[in-house]
Amino acid sequence: MSESPEHVSRHVRGYLIVGAALLIGTVLTVWASYIDLGHQWNIVLALIIASAKASLVALFFMHLISERQMIYLVLGFTAFFFAGLMALTIGAYHDFPPFTVTR
Amino acid sequence: MDIPYTTQARPDTGVYNAKVGVWLFLASEVMLFGALFSAYILLRVGALPADWPHGLLNIPIGTFNTAVLITSSVTVVMAWASLKMGRFDRFKIFQTITVLCALAFLGIKTFEYRDKFTHYEVWKTDGSRLTGHIEGKPAFLTLDKLKDAKVEKIHFLPDPHHYAEGRLAARKHDVEHKAVEIPVSDIKRLSAFVPAHSTYFAIYFTLTGLHALHVLGGAIVIAYLLGPGSRMWFTEPERFINRVETSGLFWHFVDLVWIFLFPVLYLL
Repeated sequence: MSESPEHVSRHVRGYLIVGAALLIGTVLTVWASYIDLGHQWNIVLALIIASAKASLVALFFMHLISERQMIYLVLGFTAFFFAGLMALTIGAYHDFPPFTVTR
Repeated sequence: MDIPYTTQARPDTGVYNAKVGVWLFLASEVMLFGALFSAYILLRVGALPADWPHGLLNIPIGTFNTAVLITSSVTVVMAWASLKMGRFDRFKIFQTITVLCALAFLGIKTFEYRDKFTHYEVWKTDGSRLTGHIEGKPAFLTLDKLKDAKVEKIHFLPDPHHYAEGRLAARKHDVEHKAVEIPVSDIKRLSAFVPAHSTYFAIYFTLTGLHALHVLGGAIVIAYLLGPGSRMWFTEPERFINRVETSGLFWHFVDLVWIFLFPVLYLL
């Protein structure tokens, strides 16, 4: 990423806007949890908001919006193994013997 | 011996070495917390609804703590930006706020933990269950301790709703609290909200405790760079800025983990 003083100073306002968006997202998360959408949809909505907030942190605060290829490569491997871990988790859930899981 | 590529980008990676190092470390952290989230999912789907507590964590306090951590993430990136613009004075101000936010977060978490250690569930011999507080708010009390002390009855202030009534019902506080006397002989099990209470509190304390350790570790590094470590600014400013950036990357990751922990543990 370009990190000249001029470039950084242009982004300061953006950092503050992202911070405000994260705070609004937090309030939104709490508000949404009080709406009875059915438990599964409450979970889906909460995770969508949390993912949006996490993306803002990663893209702007951690500068992933304009990083070098090497960092994306590291993250790509991480995402692959994390997805595998979650796939194993879901697979394990469906692999329980009958009557041992409350659905 | 000079450490290579502390300021200059290494030709093959395109970035300075510490940045690759911290991203590799964060990759391992993703898998660590990912494994614990995986454990959480399996514990939760395997639990009976009546055995998975809802509404026992203080949502306003959790929300405030989330705001504290988000604020600290903003000040960390502002501190780094200040250094890039040559404003060491502003860097000091922003990082001081960051450390104060970290201490506030840990202080609030300690308060929350203490509250759980004095909050109890009583399983009665007739099959009914109550949650609430014992008069005098003792911590870590168990049925064996009561029997050893030859206590015959406890004065119990029940919560308006038991968590088994469901997620949204458990959040209502529309019923007047009335203290009740419970003979110890009527108690089958007594447990504070400690890890041994249930799988929910076991995973709650594991996840939040590990996260709190990360907050503490990050705060120590940031405090060092704010204090004695900041002398590097006057001799090797670029290297110092890179140190601040890598510590900031770790701090943002800690914030990012909390963004998921908060709804999962407090709200759902």
